[in-house]
Amino acid sequence: MADNMITIHIIDREGVTHDLEAPTDMNMNVMEVCRSYELPVEGRCGGMAMCATCQCYLESDTELPEQSDSELDMLDEAFFVEDNSRLGCQIHISDEIDGIVLKLAPEGN
Amino acid sequence: MIETDIIIIGAGPVGIFTVFEAGLLKLKCHLIDSLPQAGGQLTEIYPKKPIYDIPGYPTVDAGELVDKLMEQSAPFKPGFTLGESAVTIDEVEDDMFIVTTNKGTKHKAPIVMIAGGLGVFEPRKPPVENLEKFEDNGVEYIIKDPEMYQDKKVVVAGGGDSALDWSIYLVENNIASELSLVHRRSSFRGHLDSVQKVMDLAEAGKINLITEAEVVGLNGNGSLDAVQIKHKDGSSVEKSTDHFVPLFGLKPSLGPIGDWGLEIEKNAIKVNTRDYSTNRPGIYAIGDVNTYEGKLKLILCGFHEGTIAVQSAFARIYPDKKNVLKYTTVNGVNGFE
Repeated sequence: MADNMITIHIIDREGVTHDLEAPTDMNMNVMEVCRSYELPVEGRCGGMAMCATCQCYLESDTELPEQSDSELDMLDEAFFVEDNSRLGCQIHISDEIDGIVLKLAPEGN
Repeated sequence: MIETDIIIIGAGPVGIFTVFEAGLLKLKCHLIDSLPQAGGQLTEIYPKKPIYDIPGYPTVDAGELVDKLMEQSAPFKPGFTLGESAVTIDEVEDDMFIVTTNKGTKHKAPIVMIAGGLGVFEPRKPPVENLEKFEDNGVEYIIKDPEMYQDKKVVVAGGGDSALDWSIYLVENNIASELSLVHRRSSFRGHLDSVQKVMDLAEAGKINLITEAEVVGLNGNGSLDAVQIKHKDGSSVEKSTDHFVPLFGLKPSLGPIGDWGLEIEKNAIKVNTRDYSTNRPGIYAIGDVNTYEGKLKLILCGFHEGTIAVQSAFARIYPDKKNVLKYTTVNGVNGFE
């Protein structure tokens, strides 16, 4: 694979897994990568952790940095939240998350 | 009937700046917005967040930018219909439009500019079965008239400031006969003093605090009788109540914009980039609400779109008048009397 590229695995709401190549040098997050591949992720607030339309469930044992207060605040008010809920916009594309598996949460937030 | 030159639907940054650009051409504007204050999502969602890509401002808080835009547009005396959402756009004789709000306020102008951003802000509704069946029959998403809860049993859901503050209000003013506050987590992230007050009222037995739980169902024959509350451990209880008030903030949705006979693509209005006109002559769409090849949802780009659109609007209103671009540096800003 080219330098500066990792693969993230997104399970959509129909259960289909999409293997997406994502660049680590474009300051992107998971929500933006999903949108660039036209997966059904709304990202309404643009990535400010102020809506939960990019909520997903962490399905792999990838180590992620601790969640920020703003992410926890938003998840506090979100619907369909589980213990492994994350906001895609708060997951930075970096080498550390190569191979991560995320499942999109239902629509309705 | 409110009459003006340009009706602007949406009082966000792009709508407000368009008042200024229209004013330079001596066109008067009236803004309509569903929110009770101007500023759109900048004021409603992120007033304290910094914005770094407004030319000339290395950094500016969203709320401050709105204040400055209002100040800049003030000489052109815009009118406002706030707290009402535009529902219909009807064409009448003499190439005029009538825009009517959900409260029946009518506005008449030869030009309509839709600067609706992400759409109309509506309450976020939790995914509870039957919820819509009980709307206005025991389920309310906004507390408009607290007196309606006098001596009633009320279940409030949510963990933010509005859930906390209304719970406190309904108890401290001896309104609700019984108040339960249901929240999905054990901690609250509202203002610390509100959280403390709720904890104190719970301690004193005045608020029935139900945490690590969610309302998952509603029961009643016609009007609401009880809510089904599911705890994190899987157990479930039925709680009798007169009202269920889920307070989970607001979210924008395209709403009636989709019914105005405009060409919609990817949840946005398609425009001609020559002048940001829509497929309905006389109606323009500017800012985040529009789409075209190469569209960028930036405030900066919305300012440009509004500026171009008012030139086209002028030519439409005054087809025989000559118009030349005048620099504000040369002419100054000559506001309306």
